[in-house]
Amino acid sequence: MANSARPLAPGAWALSSGLAALVLGTALVLALHADTFTLRPAEWAALTFTLKQAALSAILSTLIAIPVARALARRQFPGQAAMIVLMGAPFLLPVVVAVIGILSVYGRNGIVNQLLGLIGLPPFSIFGLHGVVLTNVFFDLPLATRMILNGWFAIPAERFRLAETLNLGPSGIRRHLEYPMLREVLPGALTVVFLLCLTSFVVSLTFGGGPKATTLELAIYQALRFDFDLGRAALLAGMQFLICAIAVTVAGRLTLPANLGSGHDRPQTIRIPGRKPLILDTFFIVATALFLILPLTMVLKDGLPALPGLSAALWQSALRSLLMALTSASIATAGALALTLATARNAQGSRLIEIAAMLPMAASGLVLGTGLFVLIHPFVPPESLALPVTVLVNAALALPFLYRLILPEARALHLTYDCLCTTLNLRGISKMRLITLPRLARPLGLGAGIAAALSMGDLGVIALFAGDHNATLPLMIQRLAGAYRMQDAAAAALLLVVLSFALFWACDQGGRRAAP
Amino acid sequence: MLHLDNLELSYPDFHLSANWSADRGGLIAVIGPSGAGKSSLLMALAGFITPGTGRVLWQRQDITPLPPGRRPISILFQDQNLFPHLTIAQNLGLALAPDLRLNKAQSARVTGVLDRLGLSGLGHRRPADLSGGQQGRAALGRVLLQARPILLLDEPFAALGPALKSDLLTLVRDLASETQTLVLLVTHDPRDAQRFADRTVLVADGVVHAPTPTADLFANPPVALQDYLGP
Amino acid sequence: MLGSPISIPARRKMERPMKTIHLALAFFATASMACAEVPVLKVLTYDSFAAEWGPGPAIEKGFEATCACDLQYVIAGDGAAVLARLKLEGTTSDTDVVVGLDTSLTENASKTNLFAPHGLTLANDLPVPFSDPDFIPFDWGWFAFVYDKTKLASPPKSFKELAASNLKIVIEDPRSSTPGLGLLMWVKAAYPTDSATIWHDLADNIVTVTPSWDQAYGLFLKGEADMVLSYTTSPAYHLIAEKDDTKAAAPFEEGHYMQVEVAGLLASSHHPDLARTFLTYLGSDAAQTTLPTTNWMYPAKTPTAGLPKGFETLIKPMKSLLFSPSEAEANRQSAVEEWQTALAR
Repeated sequence: MANSARPLAPGAWALSSGLAALVLGTALVLALHADTFTLRPAEWAALTFTLKQAALSAILSTLIAIPVARALARRQFPGQAAMIVLMGAPFLLPVVVAVIGILSVYGRNGIVNQLLGLIGLPPFSIFGLHGVVLTNVFFDLPLATRMILNGWFAIPAERFRLAETLNLGPSGIRRHLEYPMLREVLPGALTVVFLLCLTSFVVSLTFGGGPKATTLELAIYQALRFDFDLGRAALLAGMQFLICAIAVTVAGRLTLPANLGSGHDRPQTIRIPGRKPLILDTFFIVATALFLILPLTMVLKDGLPALPGLSAALWQSALRSLLMALTSASIATAGALALTLATARNAQGSRLIEIAAMLPMAASGLVLGTGLFVLIHPFVPPESLALPVTVLVNAALALPFLYRLILPEARALHLTYDCLCTTLNLRGISKMRLITLPRLARPLGLGAGIAAALSMGDLGVIALFAGDHNATLPLMIQRLAGAYRMQDAAAAALLLVVLSFALFWACDQGGRRAAP
Repeated sequence: MLHLDNLELSYPDFHLSANWSADRGGLIAVIGPSGAGKSSLLMALAGFITPGTGRVLWQRQDITPLPPGRRPISILFQDQNLFPHLTIAQNLGLALAPDLRLNKAQSARVTGVLDRLGLSGLGHRRPADLSGGQQGRAALGRVLLQARPILLLDEPFAALGPALKSDLLTLVRDLASETQTLVLLVTHDPRDAQRFADRTVLVADGVVHAPTPTADLFANPPVALQDYLGP
Repeated sequence: MLGSPISIPARRKMERPMKTIHLALAFFATASMACAEVPVLKVLTYDSFAAEWGPGPAIEKGFEATCACDLQYVIAGDGAAVLARLKLEGTTSDTDVVVGLDTSLTENASKTNLFAPHGLTLANDLPVPFSDPDFIPFDWGWFAFVYDKTKLASPPKSFKELAASNLKIVIEDPRSSTPGLGLLMWVKAAYPTDSATIWHDLADNIVTVTPSWDQAYGLFLKGEADMVLSYTTSPAYHLIAEKDDTKAAAPFEEGHYMQVEVAGLLASSHHPDLARTFLTYLGSDAAQTTLPTTNWMYPAKTPTAGLPKGFETLIKPMKSLLFSPSEAEANRQSAVEEWQTALAR
């Protein structure tokens, strides 16, 4: 009912411009310092491979996520809540740690090959495009499942009851309830996973098996590190942004306006009779649980022995990382809240804000860091700003996830209670304190948790800025591994995982507690 | 006096005009077929829709430019009149202090209104813990505390049973006459108009007709009303 | 150690962990608070050099004991990152000394004209003659394929044998790692005209190519490959630090390419004399003694007390290969492209 042509709040404009400036501006800085802009044939190959692996991973992750989410939505079993929490785990794992876990399961001496050996089958090699895709699916299947599961929970219970009274049966439910929901949720899930895989670098290179598995991000790395070709780095970063903008726009076109109807608060049990669905659901739940739990267990097993022997400097870096993660998460959450509240009203320019909010997903950590370095260096020694810059950049990089997470709830809040707030003249800080924060506590807590864990595991910008005494935990892990200390590195990686999850869990629980 | 001065709401597929006035106090029913624009009229009065042309005046002052929260108007929607995460007392308190920092006198007023509405002792409960009728009373309590001279009701009790609804409408009528509040009640039930409203506004064919004494209107229904009421 | 700019926010953080806003402000208030009484010597190096288990801390302590100065490390990820950072900073760098470039990067580094001739004559024991007006070597090593003796009884004795075998190897990417680039130079130096064929034949032995040395080495330790491209000195780490004598480097008949790590002094340094004193200290017996068991490389000048016990077990290649910096730089691009073509099938 509200007037649709209301302009956006100036704060939201400022924030999203700042975000775009940070992400695009850093690439522009490199461009300004460049002499030439040329791409080599190898870089076109990198573009093709990047798109191929990202598209394959996105499609596979979301396709598998559909039956998994359905099984989770319509069954109740002991440990279900834990399993849904577990779904958040791989996404938050630092890549280097996940690689260790994946290798322990699918590597040459991994569980899978040992089993294959026992039954006399030839060994399986994780290296190659399939390894890249498998690892990406490990990371992103849970995320896609969570997004689709939310879609299932958002179908009002009344609809399912209606379907039951109409005796629609499973195929009817699929056609009238589930397909429309998927039609709405899938484009968003596909886009997010696609963008996540777009900048994958370590995964592609470690499992890719050779130079044919080269991503744009690696090409950027090479351009900046060995060739010192800023122009090429800027061009490559520009290509990543372009792909991101296209993906977000296409997904925006594909995504229908939310029309699930307002359901009542608690998720319902969907009754599906029959043995076949039960067997299928059990299969998907068990398989997914194994797929996720096995690598995580191996990380635990690898890291535990050396954990007590970690040095004081390492614990200090852990504390530093923890505090930085909390700061970063606070900034990201506040920023995402401001942007979602602005776009929830569907005011003019919302689409632009949305692209600005999604841009950091396509940002190359190296380009961001190098650009900031070039900007900062003339004024202060970069290492003196290592921590604030890392905190800010991590906040910016986490913002897209938070934005996606909070937006639907902010929209619902706007639609449901904005008129009432207006008649009560409830505005500004009072509205924020009494209505917005309590009503959005859940997604805000979850978002803060994700931001904190992502920031905890980040290795991007700090590596360029860190000085002698301000290393973060991921940087320490890299330094340990770079000095043969693989055992200590594994233990530190375990510490990192435990801390990341603890932060995630604390923020998420905090949000739930604060929620009405 | 509420005066709708050549008020025009225009959309590509919808048009509504109103040009009449109504004295302070009393309950006016707003009836008419679905989609005729009853709710839109209320939204325009409350300030959620900007009219294409025309003005809304109260006591000869133009209130059209005022935001909803500054108008001498309170409103109850079809639903979502109470915040589910706040207690009943807090929901009522919002009417007195949007930051919920109530002083002693204000708290006492909240308790007084709760007592008056038969909600004694329920102030610390959340809306979900109350029955539908109690929720309706609580919402009324809030508009009572807002103490605005005009109250707009957009079928807020439609989901309640006939007995409860009639209880609440009786309460509304009593409070309205006691506080000299002008109440505009949107309803799709002609009997509500006949039982509670001394005047009725018919919304039909793009026009909000001027308030007419309810008895007269139903005694000689215009064609639009005849069509709506059916045989 | 004087209050470095970085330790201050760390302390504040611990006092008031809850007040994140104060924290953020404290972060920003850290711009250099270096002590003005003694000169500060800034040494740009890669991270494992400055790490607590690296040679950095001992060298810092030893040098500060004599120099009446404050030595501060500025850290970049690896040798290539060190050079990239120098180029980004250009003439405005406040770095005095750079430690940790290798000879595949020095030509490129010299061309920046950011370095000043060191003017020092320091003796070294490198297996090949080495002298450079801009850089002094501080340690070096031979690249080699490392394997596990308990799993591989007869390792290949040459690239050709390796290529003909079914052995699986992990190597580093020459586009992101200096050992990876070193391997390219090794093949090129051993087979100047046939390098493409060698790569073609090696392709099916390569399990994967990792972005950095530590990932390749980690894959090898996890058993993902039979051999990994590393150094002849790598087994010394396992032997000395872990009492594990199962790792060995395979001697190759073609000879072994060397990595020579060098240090240099920046033309923009405000303390060129102090910087030269540091370079001299880096070549001194005290500093050189710490290198073998911290950087796990050969010291440029063998310490008077000899190498640590355990180093005598390492293989000693008969033939050392090393391109001059200008040859290395001239070969780099074509070698990378050749490698890409050979492996991209």
